[in-house]
Amino acid sequence: MLTDLSKIPTYDTLGVQERVERFQKRSIKKSSKTEGLRKILSMIDLTTLEGKDTRGKVEQLCYKAMHPHDALPELPTVAAICVYPSMVGVAKNALKGSSIHVASVATAFPSGQSSLKVKLDDTRFAVNEGADEVDMVISRGKFLSGDYNFVFDEIAAVKEACGKAHLKVILETGELETLDNVRKASEIAIQSGADFIKTSTGKIQPAATLPVTYVMLDTIKDHYLKTGKMIGMKPAGGISTSKLALNYLVMLNEVLGEKWMNKNYFRFGASSLANDVLMQLVKSETGFYQSANYFSKD
Amino acid sequence: MTKRKNPFAASWTYEPAPESTDHIQIKKKYDLFINGEFIKPQNNKYFETVNPANDEKIAEVALAESEDVNKAVKAARNAFKGWSALEPKERGKYIYRIARLIQERAREFAVIESLDGGKPIRESRDIDIPLAANHFFYYAGWADKLEYAFPNRKAKPLGVAGQIIPWNFPLLMAAWKLAPALATGNTVVLKPAETTPLTALKLAEIIRDSGIPKGVVNIITGAGKTGAEIVNHPDIDKISFTGSTAVGKYIQKAVAGTPKKITLELGGKSANIIFEDAAIDQAVNGVIDAIFFNQGHVCCAGSRLFIQESVADTVIQKLKDRMSTLIVGDPLDKNTDIGAINSKRQLKTIENYIKIGINEGGEIYQTDCKLPKKGNWCAPTLFLNLSQSHKIVQEEIFGPVLAIQTFRTIDEVVEKANNTPYGLAAGVWTQKGAKIFYLTQKLKAGVIWANTFNKFDATSPFGGYKESGFGREGGLHGLKPYVKFE
Repeated sequence: MLTDLSKIPTYDTLGVQERVERFQKRSIKKSSKTEGLRKILSMIDLTTLEGKDTRGKVEQLCYKAMHPHDALPELPTVAAICVYPSMVGVAKNALKGSSIHVASVATAFPSGQSSLKVKLDDTRFAVNEGADEVDMVISRGKFLSGDYNFVFDEIAAVKEACGKAHLKVILETGELETLDNVRKASEIAIQSGADFIKTSTGKIQPAATLPVTYVMLDTIKDHYLKTGKMIGMKPAGGISTSKLALNYLVMLNEVLGEKWMNKNYFRFGASSLANDVLMQLVKSETGFYQSANYFSKD
Repeated sequence: MTKRKNPFAASWTYEPAPESTDHIQIKKKYDLFINGEFIKPQNNKYFETVNPANDEKIAEVALAESEDVNKAVKAARNAFKGWSALEPKERGKYIYRIARLIQERAREFAVIESLDGGKPIRESRDIDIPLAANHFFYYAGWADKLEYAFPNRKAKPLGVAGQIIPWNFPLLMAAWKLAPALATGNTVVLKPAETTPLTALKLAEIIRDSGIPKGVVNIITGAGKTGAEIVNHPDIDKISFTGSTAVGKYIQKAVAGTPKKITLELGGKSANIIFEDAAIDQAVNGVIDAIFFNQGHVCCAGSRLFIQESVADTVIQKLKDRMSTLIVGDPLDKNTDIGAINSKRQLKTIENYIKIGINEGGEIYQTDCKLPKKGNWCAPTLFLNLSQSHKIVQEEIFGPVLAIQTFRTIDEVVEKANNTPYGLAAGVWTQKGAKIFYLTQKLKAGVIWANTFNKFDATSPFGGYKESGFGREGGLHGLKPYVKFE
């Protein structure tokens, strides 16, 4: 049952921006930077979500996931590979023997404009192919027209279809317009069974932003205080530099703290972030920035 | 003291990121800036200024005594004729030049401000120094537009202004006082506080380099006795003071019966009010900024918090969690949120108030942050279970100590918020616009912030009601205390 959404906290946009700017002013250097970057690498959902994705492309990406940069020993691998349902089988096979998860988008990604039946079939297909995690989208149209129960029921049904797979619920915050809406959608997602809440599909601008992520982290915090249950967070889209990823990590560190600082509770949905993180890690090791040509692009 | 384990405690600690001090220049010894040059004090006496974060001596500074004050006032008096007769746009030109020179040396000023005063470099870098430059830019613009500031009236400068500034925002307060005085054609004798004289003395170098006529600005250093010499000097036309209410009262008595004009910007015990319909998380963050900004050494600090009872538990829990993320330590570290207490004397005052609060039965909460061994430090502190009758609710502490009370209705909180001899600032946290307008009419405070706190701008007037002082600084209003009308 969905709780009374009129009683949830409200947000002051300027106040949230001010708070976020303070996270961005933290100076992360030397060993704390290396530690942060390694954490970030281990939290990445390496993503390819294109119509032109092929078996070859996905297999290459999976190899990259397992061998981010062999020149640097003892690097963590990324957390997961994120693909369309049709590529789940390929990825699963390519990642055999590693601990890297396969995440699949589902439910008529990215718009979600289809029937519940199609969405459930989509989900079951992905899970049957071997997906460990399902990234679903909510029905933003229904949400914006105030039909919160519809959104709630839909997420609950997808959660059931997921079985043992973890469910990440994409709010597509770029289409929700206000921070209060982001809070409301986060509440609905968490109450209907989300294991993770996720900002964006990456197909709509703006994708993840620091203020939006802040509101979602704050929702997770309140939920933990109320129920003792930990929900994960995944900002996705537009986080392509180490510097920005470190801003997110600082925010996570200071809002939710130690318990959330791992891949079980925090992920970055990104495609090009990994190489920038690797470049920074090599720099901290050798003292020099290397050319981008030294980092494999898969 | 109640302890609460923060379930959201951070584990990733940030390695120290100190701002470099290689680029700054501090002389071993500073003389008095009188008539455009640095000269030795008559009696050759000097005092030390120390770094409050480690008790190390930074420099020696001249002690101005009565002959030195005489000399400075005389220089200002001699310069007045030429400066006030100067074409206004020329006056503006010099003030612009000072503003630009501050900007050019912003980094150096920021580091020295933090070294000498103990405030975090993030604040001196992002707030103090840019705002100081802004004040000079803003009032430079007014210099040749005074007829528009005071339509159909002829504004004339007062003469020689004696300006005494506090130790909490050393350069910024110097800018607040110098810029409007110069723009309106006055000459100045300025005295920085004895614990934080260095940025004012660096400013003296900039003023010398700006080529402004000799004697227009004189900067002399010393403690309360030097200040008293300025206040009581017969050839001064205007006293502008920012500091404690006790000294303000002394000054008002001292100038009574003289033709001296006076502006006082004194203490405060400003109320911050959180209603149940506020954006609670932002309100909590705002309360933190309101009381812990500059270690609470802020005259308009939101040192009394009123929380509506229906949300009191939530707010207090969130406040405690948020407090535990504050980094207290080296003022020069870019990650420091709360720096060093400005002086041993102030630390004693704060510690004394904390003792009083405990003895009066207040419930104290402090975070268990590690404080450095050397220097002056005070952990961020909350007091709960207080009433209007508690001393720590009534008196200005001027440190990182927040007194929390709860309330039930809007009229109750208005009455309590106004139930103080002070009236400098107030903060209101609610998402209801109508409530904000209602409160701005009812609260007796010079500045009222809605859903924010401690925001300053050169264009915006600042000043108090009741024992928080009179006269305004900043904005168009800031010109008026430095002119008379024909």
